[in-house]
Amino acid sequence: MRGEARAADAKSEGAPQTDRPNGARKRGKAGGPKDPESGVGADLLQGFSRNDLLGILGRMLLYRRFEEKAEEAYAIGKIGGFCHLHIGQEGAAEGCIGPLRANDYVISGYREHTQALAKGVDSRLVMAELFGRSAGASAGKGGSMHIFGAEQGFMGGHGIVGAQTALAAGMGWAIHYRGEDRVVVCFMGDAAVNQGALHESLNMAAIWKLPVIYVVENNEYGMGTAFHRISATEIKDRSGAYGIPATVVDGQDVLVTWRHFEALAEDVRRRGGPRFVEVRTYRFRGHSMSDPVSGTYRSREEVAERTEQADPIKILRDRLFGAELLTQEELESLDREARRQADGAVEFAEAAPLPEPSTLYSHVYSQINEHGRLFFDGRDR
Amino acid sequence: MAEITYREALNQALAEEMERDDSVFLMGEEVAEYDGAYKVSKGLLDRFGDRRVVDSPISELGFTGLGVGAAMVGLRPVIEFMTFNFSILALDQVINSAAKMLYMSGGQINLPIVFRGPNGAALQLAGQHSQACEVWYAHAPGIKVVSPGTPADAKGLMKAAIRDNDPVVVLEGELLYNVRGEVPEGEHIVPLGLADLKREGGDVSIITHGKMIHLALQAATKLAKEGIETDVLDLRSLRPLDADAILASVRRTNRAVYLEEGWPFGGVGAQVAAMIQEEAFDHLDAPVLRVTQADVPMPYAKNLEQLAKPGVQRVVDACHRVLYRNHSRKGS
Repeated sequence: MRGEARAADAKSEGAPQTDRPNGARKRGKAGGPKDPESGVGADLLQGFSRNDLLGILGRMLLYRRFEEKAEEAYAIGKIGGFCHLHIGQEGAAEGCIGPLRANDYVISGYREHTQALAKGVDSRLVMAELFGRSAGASAGKGGSMHIFGAEQGFMGGHGIVGAQTALAAGMGWAIHYRGEDRVVVCFMGDAAVNQGALHESLNMAAIWKLPVIYVVENNEYGMGTAFHRISATEIKDRSGAYGIPATVVDGQDVLVTWRHFEALAEDVRRRGGPRFVEVRTYRFRGHSMSDPVSGTYRSREEVAERTEQADPIKILRDRLFGAELLTQEELESLDREARRQADGAVEFAEAAPLPEPSTLYSHVYSQINEHGRLFFDGRDR
Repeated sequence: MAEITYREALNQALAEEMERDDSVFLMGEEVAEYDGAYKVSKGLLDRFGDRRVVDSPISELGFTGLGVGAAMVGLRPVIEFMTFNFSILALDQVINSAAKMLYMSGGQINLPIVFRGPNGAALQLAGQHSQACEVWYAHAPGIKVVSPGTPADAKGLMKAAIRDNDPVVVLEGELLYNVRGEVPEGEHIVPLGLADLKREGGDVSIITHGKMIHLALQAATKLAKEGIETDVLDLRSLRPLDADAILASVRRTNRAVYLEEGWPFGGVGAQVAAMIQEEAFDHLDAPVLRVTQADVPMPYAKNLEQLAKPGVQRVVDACHRVLYRNHSRKGS
């Protein structure tokens, strides 16, 4: 799957330049090699072993089941604060992160649970973080919006829209500075493209050729505001002013996304960055747990139609069925395993202790200086 | 010991730390080819090359965030703000990213980064270019803040800041860059959190930091002519704060005046006064007074600017008031 040919034809193969709001939307059940409509499905399957494909499907099922468990736990008050689910966007998580190497970096905004899972952060630790437990990925200090797995190269969940784009530039800078063979994938939502931080970052990434792939997960709504209502130009046109090549990819089709990112990452390793990718997707739930599924800004029908027609898990499932690479029994077994893992994550989180009160003051500073007072609430006295 | 300027002292500190540690790099507007807007980085580009001395675009939010991101994966960036006025554009990255990263990540990601540049008013630069930003930063747990007032402290604190494993804001002063003073050569480190008693008296404590120490020393000289002996305590570091030194001085003199460049509301003096009354109430013979910038944006006209800035006479007057002498209230 690697190599020159792949990198060279990234655009033609991996990035259908469709103007449809969502490429998968009209695909229906298309996908397998027997599908007369397109050879796309057949081409896409080439080079993936059956094990690879089942692995991808299994992980996407885990992301789905994990988020459903989080949804459940939130509803009964076991998870607090803001909680932004990624349900419907699993293809983007798996397709963008799956092809990366273990030492590549991923950084994201606050809809990041499944991206952390995709980068290898243990699902039990992510769930424990949502539950605010000491065993959580961020020791119970970060919560839903601040999942970190530095060891796995997952550099956080960041809560200020667009701010992570500058941090990603810095990680790219460090890669460059040390002459390392790594790339950074920086996720943001569609609303982030109107933040100044992104534009400052794109300019710097371009002048210094930083190995960063900026990924806009376009789920069409920034909270409750449709992208086109508040945006003068299209997402894919935003990086052009900085000379950064932009592509558009159908994030509901995980294999298309996977191929695209595999090629992009290799290309960036060879030729330097940055790149800018719009991954078209759709969220099947509200903006956060406090927002109903359809809300006031999109219709029930729209959500129902997209959920039915553009579910990344169903699209892959049907393609594998069509190619006779998956049986119903295997699907059920994969799903059982995903549910078992998600349940296990909840069990682990529930059993994990709350953070010790004494940890309130740990991790504010990494170095307590020999002299002087660092805290001003009476603690030092 | 050589006598050098504050500017040269900072330059030496940067050069020595860059020499010592390849992960240290300097980034900011005009730091490289222009040799620094205030020439603090003079010669560093020639010596270390454009990999390590980097001209940034005028994108404070962006290059500050870039520095934070580089520190997340272990580099030790020194980010220069041409002046701290412009750092306000970057507050999100300093406060929301730098100050909180270690905490939010449950201790996984520390940030060895320095944010530096001139702070406070210079001369007739008017509202947007004349402000003291220390409390914006000292307010936030997770950040350390130092404010050297002499060349020796500038060198020693800069080196300590670069070696610290947490984000450190180093507040310099445009009007300090030409100040000369003796600076120990080579490995001169001033630890964070250690105040320096710049003058020892016994009648009243003037507590201050940064550029204002010079004003405090002038006021002390004036007061000495009246037979009033003054402690001039230079905090040097605001967070960590040398509470012991503050309380020791107040216990000796029983009277304190805080002198600072910035505005009064929630200022450093407000914090120090609160601390003194909480922890040394029984030692006080008078309320703690503060001398600050007038509570207005900095005006341009020379006479108004002088009225707005803390002056020697206002410090002298404040000391008289806490000593219940003369009761001069002019301008204090």
